[in-house]
Amino acid sequence: MTLRVSERLMGTIHREGERAYPGECCGVLAGQPGEIKEVRRLLPVVNRRAADPHRYLIAPEDLQRVEAEVRHDSLEVLGFYHSHPDHPAAPSAFDAEHAWPWYSYLIVRIDRGRAVEATSWQLAVDRSAMLPESLDVFNEV
Amino acid sequence: MSVTVSIPTPLRGFTAGQDTIQLPGQTVGEVLDGLLAAHGGLKRHLFQDDGRLRNFVNLYLNETDIRHLSATATPVQAGDVLTIVPSIAGGSPALGSEAALSHAEVLRYSRHLLLPEVGIAGQRKLKSARVLTVGAGGLGSPLSLYLAAAGVGTIGIVDFDVVDLTNLQRQIVHGTSTLGQPKLESAEARLSDVNPNVRIEKHETRLTSQNALEILREYDIVVDGTDNFPTRYLVNDACVLLGKPNVYGSIFRFEGQASVFYAREGPCYRCLYSEPPPPGLVPSCAEGGVLGVLPGIIGSIQALETIKRIIGAGDSLIGRLLLFDALKLRFRELQLRKDPSCPVCGEQPTIRELIDYEAFCGIGAEPAYDGPEITAEELSREMQQKGPELVLIDVREPHEWEIAHIEGARLIPLGQLPERLGELDGHSEIVTHCHHGVRSMKALQLLKGAGFSRVRSLAGGIDAWADRIEVGMPRY
Repeated sequence: MTLRVSERLMGTIHREGERAYPGECCGVLAGQPGEIKEVRRLLPVVNRRAADPHRYLIAPEDLQRVEAEVRHDSLEVLGFYHSHPDHPAAPSAFDAEHAWPWYSYLIVRIDRGRAVEATSWQLAVDRSAMLPESLDVFNEV
Repeated sequence: MSVTVSIPTPLRGFTAGQDTIQLPGQTVGEVLDGLLAAHGGLKRHLFQDDGRLRNFVNLYLNETDIRHLSATATPVQAGDVLTIVPSIAGGSPALGSEAALSHAEVLRYSRHLLLPEVGIAGQRKLKSARVLTVGAGGLGSPLSLYLAAAGVGTIGIVDFDVVDLTNLQRQIVHGTSTLGQPKLESAEARLSDVNPNVRIEKHETRLTSQNALEILREYDIVVDGTDNFPTRYLVNDACVLLGKPNVYGSIFRFEGQASVFYAREGPCYRCLYSEPPPPGLVPSCAEGGVLGVLPGIIGSIQALETIKRIIGAGDSLIGRLLLFDALKLRFRELQLRKDPSCPVCGEQPTIRELIDYEAFCGIGAEPAYDGPEITAEELSREMQQKGPELVLIDVREPHEWEIAHIEGARLIPLGQLPERLGELDGHSEIVTHCHHGVRSMKALQLLKGAGFSRVRSLAGGIDAWADRIEVGMPRY
C-alpha cells in the first residue's frame, strides 16, 4: 500500500498543522484510488472536537457533504490527515480504536510549533493494529 | 419486503466491491443480521465485542440517524434506504489512561520507574494529569520546575507579571536573560527546556471572581502560589465550589506554611482562617522580605504533595498544617479540623458563588470598626498588675484556641458572645482579642452596645502577642 502526495500538498498539510498548534488540525485526502493512492486535493473540514486539543472529530454529515463534493470531480475520499502536537507521528490507541479499514490516515508530527515528520497508516483488516504504509512524496515539476 | 443498504467506500472490501445491497427484514436489526450473514467480515468494523454498534458508526434510515428513532428495533418498509455513514475520529495520545510512554520518556523517568510507588502506572498518571499553578513567582518557580521535570503532562500557569530584577533572588524559573519578559513566556521557555514533553497552558490574566471557575475547572489539582489574601480566598472558594484539591503554601521572611485543602476530604482554608487579617497588617514579601531559599522549600513541598496526590502514594497534608521555621530549621505540624460552620464548606454554607474578594479583605475600604486598643506590651504589664480583675476574652474559634492561647484568657467565640453576655460583669475591665484584631474589634462594639464601658481590644491580636511577648508560641 502506498500513498502518493505531492510536495506542494504535503507543505500545505505541514502549514495547517503548524497553524493549529498547540491544537490539532484535521482534513480529508481526496484523489485517485488504486494500488497506489494518489492524493489530488485536500479538503479542510470542521473539527467538531476543537475544544479538546488532543482530539479531532469529523461528523458524518460533514463527511457525506465532502464525499458528494469530491465525487463531483470524479475523485474519492482516500483518507484523512491530522496533526500530533508534540507527539510522535504514530497512531494513538484512540486513533486505532476509531479507524476504518481501507482509508489512509496521514499523521504529521508538530514539535513545538514546527512540522517535523509525516507518516501514513492503514487499519489491519482484523482491526488488530494500524499498519504503516509507504508515503511517496513527489515533486510535481 | 426489501430495503437497500448503502455501503461506504472503506467497507466495500468486505462486500466484494458492492456499494449497495438489497436485503429483506422487518426492522433495522433484521436487515443488519442479514447483512452480516452474507458478509461476515463487516461485523468487527460495525460492532463492538459486546454486540453494540461502534460509536463512530452511524446508521441513517433514509435521512434520519437510527439513534433518534428506535435504534435497531426501528421498523423498515420496502424501498427504504439504510446508509452506513462513518464519523472519523482520532487524536494525539495525551489523554487519560491511554497516555503511553515513549522509549525516550521511559529513559527520562527511569529513576521514577524504579520506585514501586510510582512505576509505569504512576508515571502515566503523571503524564495524564492536569495541574494549575496560580502564580509564577517564588512558590510557582520551584513548583513548576519540579512538576515539569516529574513529567506532569499539562501544567497551567496563571500570572500577568513581568520578570523584574528583584524576583531573581528566589524565582528560579526565571533568569537574567528573561528580565522584562512576561513571566509566562519566561517560565514556558525554561520549563520546555527542562521537559519538552510537558504542555504549558498560559493564562495571562489576574485571577478574578469572573474568570476563576472557568480557568480552574479545566484542571485536576490547583496549587496556590499566590502572595495576597484576596486571591488566596478566591482560590480556596473556587476549589471548594468545583470540588478540587488546593495545594496551599505561603511564605514570609523566614517562615512558611503548607497544607492541602480539599473540602471533600478535610478542611478548607476558611476552616483555618475564617477571616482575613486587616489590610496592611501582614506585610507582603515585597514589604517584609523573604529568604530566597524559603519558597524553594515550601514550593517543593507543594510539588511533592501534588505528585503524591496524582500517583496516590503516601499520606497527604490534608487536615494538617505544616509550619516551617527556616532560622531554627524546625518543622511543626498542627492538626486541622473541618469547621462545621465554615461559610463555604460547612454544613450550611452561606457562600455559594464567588464574592468580591478585594472587598472581603477590606482592600480599598475604610475600617468598619474602631475603638480603644491596647498593645501587647501594655496588656502583658496590666495583666501582671491587675491579675484576675482584668478580664481577657478570646473571641476566636475553639480550634484556634487549641493551636495557641494566652494563659488566663476566657474563650467566648464571637458568634456566641451575644447570648453569653450574662457571664460577664458589667463593671469589670475587659480586653477582647482574636487572631489579628478584626473580630475582637467587632466584639468590642458589641460589648459597648450592651452597656459595657471599660472595654479595649488587643491590637494585632494573639499574633502580636506571640511575636513580641510570648515568643515561641505557635503562630498560624
